[in-house]
Amino acid sequence: MSPSVNLLVGVAMGLNLLALGSGRLPAVIRAVSVQGMALGVMPLIMEHHFDWLVTVVAFFTVAVKGFVIPHLLSRATRAANVERENQPFIGFVPSLLLGAGGTIAAVALSRALPLLPEHTGSLLVPGAIASVLTGFVMLIGRAKAISQVCGYLILENGIYLFGLLLINATPLLVEAGILLDLTVGIFVIGIIVDRIQRAFDSLDTRKLTVLRE
Amino acid sequence: MIVVYIILRLVVWLVLAPLLPGIINKVKAWVAGRRGPPVLQLYYDLARLWRKGVVLSTLASPGFIAGPAVAWIALLAATQLLPLGSAGAALSFRGDVLLLIYLLALARFCTAWAAMETGSAFEGMGSAREVSYAVLSEAALITAVLTLSVHTGSITLVTMLAPAAGAGAVLLGAGLFVVLLAENCRVPFDDPNTHLELTMIHEAMILDHSGPPLAAILHGASMKLLLFALLLTEAVLPVGELSPLAAAGALAGGVLAVTVGVGLVESLLARFAFRRVPMLLTTGFLLCLFALLVAWKGGAA
Repeated sequence: MSPSVNLLVGVAMGLNLLALGSGRLPAVIRAVSVQGMALGVMPLIMEHHFDWLVTVVAFFTVAVKGFVIPHLLSRATRAANVERENQPFIGFVPSLLLGAGGTIAAVALSRALPLLPEHTGSLLVPGAIASVLTGFVMLIGRAKAISQVCGYLILENGIYLFGLLLINATPLLVEAGILLDLTVGIFVIGIIVDRIQRAFDSLDTRKLTVLRE
Repeated sequence: MIVVYIILRLVVWLVLAPLLPGIINKVKAWVAGRRGPPVLQLYYDLARLWRKGVVLSTLASPGFIAGPAVAWIALLAATQLLPLGSAGAALSFRGDVLLLIYLLALARFCTAWAAMETGSAFEGMGSAREVSYAVLSEAALITAVLTLSVHTGSITLVTMLAPAAGAGAVLLGAGLFVVLLAENCRVPFDDPNTHLELTMIHEAMILDHSGPPLAAILHGASMKLLLFALLLTEAVLPVGELSPLAAAGALAGGVLAVTVGVGLVESLLARFAFRRVPMLLTTGFLLCLFALLVAWKGGAA
């Protein structure tokens, strides 16, 4: 199981950096959706025997993270007419370096953690920590609401990766519940983005500091 | 015997190097649907430049001529450190990889120095750009070298380049390709065909050179291209573990693939705006850094 899982986590780590380095929102959304799909198929690879519940949840994860959420986000992008992140709080090169530093720190840190013997060789824990850090950097460093949503999605992907460590202990129903929450959340954010755009003529969250009548 | 062998090597490097820009131009012409200049065009250019006289500025010190000469010798020496498959290098000792990096830096310094001799504003600008890109691409190159050295546990080029780079080979190859494009002033960073001084980098540095010094600079640039193409091929492929014939074939095929790849990149990609270049170079650096991470982690696990 380990090589293919590690490869997928490696792809997810690469996509983290791609999302951090890219200024164009469609590219960021695409990176997040591919990452979601890569993580969605992981339970299938990790389970040794066929389990219909795992298969159904994996299918829905891929469908929701790979197609529904990106679709909602790109519709919001189109409706709000934003194509690229113009002036992020943290520039692209610094955030890329931060992300890379975080990834390396995550790999180094995971060796110090008291993990189960079957998890020590795998990249799951570093990947999870790296994704969470990337999500934080994007949440803090971006000015546009949609980029922040993408950061939130990467953060959630990291938590999902961490949850995969406990795949045998937690019922996947919990995972399905989180997925539903996430979809509803993105759906609501899609509507809010549209409202922000109409009210303020911009999606820049820096302008949302003053209350208006 | 040894002397004959080394002379043979020098001749191979000197004669083969100008072929690469010709192949790149042919690929570009082919993609654009033109006939393009002949593959041997650079040889004709070098021969023509060699016969011509030198126009010297009254301001220029002897450094104007010495710069290109020293740069050319440094590059030629750097090429002799690189092993050619299982044939080994002409000169090999412990830590020669550091000498390689320093020789490349020396060549760059001398070109920039000679460029500033005439006091032309454009050349100063070109040198400033060349050197500021070099800061980032050198970091990537050093990281790539560190990756190879961690992977093989050696600091001698011959042993470092013999095996493939392991699991991180793809990352390392991509990173080194970005370094190759930046170091040789190829398209996303610089356009070798441009004739607008404001946008030139390498070409802006050599505006005032003419005759044999210009020929030395052009030939040195082509040797540098061949050097990086070979370095990339040998880092990714396990050239040192093949039989001599297969290694020679792999080297030739790899260099050809890299050259055609450069040609395709030049045909399909436009030059990047200056403010986007650090981004791409940082990406190259990070690719090498992650290759280093893979080598380090893979070595420990």
